[in-house]
Amino acid sequence: MRAPLSWLQDFGPIERDVDELVVALDDLGLIVEGVERIGEGLEQIVVAEVLEVSSIEGADRIRKVVVDAGGKQFQIVCGAFNFGVGDLLPLAGVGTVLPGGMEIGRRRMRGVASEGMLCSGRELGLSDDAEGLLVLTGTDGAAPGMPVAEALGIEPDVVFDITVEGNRPDAWSMAGVARDLAARFRLPFVLPSPSVETSDPPAFEAASAAVEAPEMCPRLTVRVLRSVTVGPSPRWLARRLVLAGMRPINNVVDASNYVMLELGQPTHPYDLDRLGAPGLLVRRARPGEVVQTLDGVDRVLGVPGRGLGETGEDCLICDAGGEPVGIGGIFGGASSEISESTTRVLLEAAYFEPMVIARTSKRLGLRTEASARFERGTDPFGIDRATERFCELVGASDPRMVVARGTLDVRGELGGPREITLATPRVNGLLGTALSTAEVAELLGPIGFDCTPVGDDALLVVVPSNRPDVRPEPHGVADLAEEVARIYGYSRIERRQPTWTEPGGLTRYQRERRRVRDVLVGVGALEVWTPSLVDADDDARVGVTTPPVRITNPMASDQATLRRTQMAGLLGALAWNRDRRQGSVRLFEVGTVFAPPETGRSAVRAGSGGSAVASLPIERELVSAVFAGDGDDVTSALAALWALADELRVADLRLRPPAEGTTPPGLHPTRSAEVRSGPEGPVVGTAGEVDPAVVAGFGAGAGRVGWFELDLPRFLDPALVERRSDVAAPVSRYPSSDVDLAFVLDDDVPADVLTDVLRRAGGDALESVTLFDVYRGPGVEPGRRSLAFRLRFCALDRTLTDAEIGALRARCVASANEGLGAVLR
Amino acid sequence: MSEHVLDVAALKAESVGSIERAGSTAELDAVETAVLGRRSSLSAAHRRLGALDPDARRRVGQQLHDLRGELESLVARRRRELGAAERAAALDADRLDLTEVVRDTVRSRLERGHRHLVTSTRDALEDVFVAMGFTVAEGPEAETDWYNFEALNIPPAHPARGMYDSFYLELGEPETIVLRTHTSPVQIRLMEAAVARDFIPIHSVMPGRCYRRDTADASHLPVFHQIEGLVVDRGITFADLAGTIETFTTAYFGPKVHSRLRPAYFPFTEPSAEYDITCTICLGAGCRTCSGTGWLELGGAGMVDPAVFDAVGIDPLDWSGFAFGFGIDRSAQMRHEIADLRNLLEGDVRFLRQF
Repeated sequence: MRAPLSWLQDFGPIERDVDELVVALDDLGLIVEGVERIGEGLEQIVVAEVLEVSSIEGADRIRKVVVDAGGKQFQIVCGAFNFGVGDLLPLAGVGTVLPGGMEIGRRRMRGVASEGMLCSGRELGLSDDAEGLLVLTGTDGAAPGMPVAEALGIEPDVVFDITVEGNRPDAWSMAGVARDLAARFRLPFVLPSPSVETSDPPAFEAASAAVEAPEMCPRLTVRVLRSVTVGPSPRWLARRLVLAGMRPINNVVDASNYVMLELGQPTHPYDLDRLGAPGLLVRRARPGEVVQTLDGVDRVLGVPGRGLGETGEDCLICDAGGEPVGIGGIFGGASSEISESTTRVLLEAAYFEPMVIARTSKRLGLRTEASARFERGTDPFGIDRATERFCELVGASDPRMVVARGTLDVRGELGGPREITLATPRVNGLLGTALSTAEVAELLGPIGFDCTPVGDDALLVVVPSNRPDVRPEPHGVADLAEEVARIYGYSRIERRQPTWTEPGGLTRYQRERRRVRDVLVGVGALEVWTPSLVDADDDARVGVTTPPVRITNPMASDQATLRRTQMAGLLGALAWNRDRRQGSVRLFEVGTVFAPPETGRSAVRAGSGGSAVASLPIERELVSAVFAGDGDDVTSALAALWALADELRVADLRLRPPAEGTTPPGLHPTRSAEVRSGPEGPVVGTAGEVDPAVVAGFGAGAGRVGWFELDLPRFLDPALVERRSDVAAPVSRYPSSDVDLAFVLDDDVPADVLTDVLRRAGGDALESVTLFDVYRGPGVEPGRRSLAFRLRFCALDRTLTDAEIGALRARCVASANEGLGAVLR
Repeated sequence: MSEHVLDVAALKAESVGSIERAGSTAELDAVETAVLGRRSSLSAAHRRLGALDPDARRRVGQQLHDLRGELESLVARRRRELGAAERAAALDADRLDLTEVVRDTVRSRLERGHRHLVTSTRDALEDVFVAMGFTVAEGPEAETDWYNFEALNIPPAHPARGMYDSFYLELGEPETIVLRTHTSPVQIRLMEAAVARDFIPIHSVMPGRCYRRDTADASHLPVFHQIEGLVVDRGITFADLAGTIETFTTAYFGPKVHSRLRPAYFPFTEPSAEYDITCTICLGAGCRTCSGTGWLELGGAGMVDPAVFDAVGIDPLDWSGFAFGFGIDRSAQMRHEIADLRNLLEGDVRFLRQF
């Protein structure tokens, strides 16, 4: 909302520095988005009359102009051509600083001296017109030497661009802003008290008013104006509208807009003679009823839209015959617009139920100055002042206009004044202040809350009808506390650091998730954040075929589903970097993937919107990593995975080739595995290489891309993934002995199965067993391979003898042979 | 046998000559064996001493003994000389100008990765709040209308919903499941859980990913991160809120950055406040970033609205609380002067490696 300071000063002596006002407005919750100083920079611009114009030799874009600025002549070089001798133009002399900050200097062009500049409307900040100079010829009273501001009737002013929060409909008007400022500065505040003379015949003889839907329109008033002459508004009124950002139209429409800006009450004037039947009827739109609005669009009404609480109820303003002339509180109709031929005006001023307006406005996508005010809640008892003010304003510019006696006033349930008992300790208890009851009353009184002391430390507060945001008790107590704090000043409330006995901290899961990141950062991976709203096709390209969760109202078709995998995002990031010649990287992401709810539907708690049935999608938090550095492949991924397992003390992380034909989506069919805890334990992730075709499909290069992914809540759940004991194991002080054994074993027996067998056979004396070589080729029959292990034996209490080592070796060889058919090579 | 058979002087000259001719420690080892070993001329001369008369035997014996000592020290000296020369040669051959190390060959082996800026910012924020006694709570990114809106005192069709342009999911009845537009639903989940276990005090911060239908530009992303705080306890006041926010602000942004609260409107808090911090660029002097005000808007705050307490079943006469929230990405943007937030989502390693 644009609020000119001069307008605010109508209501009280608000004479403060602009900076002080800005601070006060901000501190009152009226956010100042900008300040415009009208007329600033025009002080030195004067009107000048053109005496002669002549060309400059060798120049066809500029001319020499001699002007008279009230008895003094200046020679100017000018590049505009939209004037001639005798025209009046704005002149900025040498030394003048234009509104844009440009200082005019003495210049010389083509050898001709220029002693100033003749200005366009844009250069003066008066219009957007930069085509030619601002020609003032014909402006009433303009004479050479006169300040341009005086000639144009521009009075210096300051316009505050203010954002009013949604809960403050009362402040969305000049009077509302002025009321808060006056209260803050402890200044008097007076609302206009318009006086209107009326005459017979009375309004009810000329028009009718009826409401069929009082639950939608609890109050409708109609006034009738006769002998109206439609014409331009007086200059001061038109000027205020312009400063406030509205276009003047004619005296009747302008008066309506003026009243809305001043008092916050929208009104609508109709040409009474163009209404199909004289008078207004408010009714509910019939299902499917079509109404054409002022913007020429046919609107289908009375049909529920999408979403909770959407009732499809619309309120129509009709003529007395029931024919629609507008959508209540939102939009008028074209048929009964005020025109130059209008002589009788019917003024509608109503109070609409805010939620009705909010629903219709949202469903139709129609938001107007009126609807925005009605949906926040107008003052049902402020209507009378607004209509009186309207009549007064029209009368001021149109002395022959006559206001018909009486107001047609149809009232439904409006509710009486709300009273709240406000205990001062409750206010102090919420705010942390030490205000007295009298101080609370002094803060609330000036903004319209009548306070009467009750007992020792409480007030009976009457909520004014322009404050629909203040709820009844008990919640209204918090609303009043906010008003107390607002006028008192948030910045004056002391600051205290609360303490409590419960310790803070991260959960084990949160700490370990950080350690997962630490490890991956330690192995050289960069963490990325890739999009969660994705193209379903991208997930499909990495082989994900499960159904996605779809977004009802996506912003773009390639952001229409929730991601099912992080692989597409990571490959996309690889491709992005590859395109920028940064191909050799390792990336990881910790994020959420989504799947539709598993089975059935569960009820969702819902309140006033009616109960709805739905269940939430399944969310899984994953850590996924791609390894695409120089020389990276599956081994890089495994090294990182083992480092991760080691950091988290995972007891027995296993890689198991997936069953035939069940390669995890996007992975290399012959170079990938499921990650399990223990040989037969739960699957917690995948590891391997990304399918080269998938990598190429994303434009992520031709090299191998190592991969692993872990389901974090599963991987980090010690009940699911066993951790190594944290009891210290003794370290032997005796020498150890190594035994190297190479076995030939069938390809379909995983190497770690043989490791397990050796470990069991070696028993306590086996300190470690390490696979150090794999061989396939001559000397080993096809379908088998040689696996070479180094077994290190050691006892805690003695040096093992050769005989003991020999026996252990024999036991290991025998176990491998008996259990798995592994043959010592 | 005559004495001249044992020509000690000749033996010495020959031995010294061969020790000095040795050009390397390996050669010296061989020479040492040849000159002093069991098969050396010196040892042979010793063995032949017995053939001499006692007088000569004593004299020549002494000479041989002296010679042995002399040769041994000569070998030791020569070994030191040769060793030093060899080490010098080896070190010289091993010379490496560290400024010539090709970084890219090292990088792939031992490069350290980087946490995403959003992660490190989130961690840093969490750490400040943890140090202040907060726990960290999380919740789902897809929420029911109840948690995201209604329990937060934003009933269906309420105009305040216009503040949160939401993505809805095609699940169940229309517009019942929403991608959370803020982290506030976690507040509701925390309070419901606290009521269920009959232990009310709550002191938590709630970081997480949120979604709004905003077109991506330099300062907006449709997917973004927030952190939210909630304290519910006995005797909690607006003064506690203001103090907590000030403590956090100076702890995270530095001792020169302070906070201020201005009245604002949020359906789920009353009184509500906008939360500004000293402009991190000009430290309050006024600059382009803060439009000359010296302040930057960071987030929202306020006392928990009694309607929210009603929704979760907490008695507002017995308990009071405050909540606050702000953008993690935006905090990072302010602190690191990031010109375009879209950098956070692109995954460009030239950006990622900076943090």
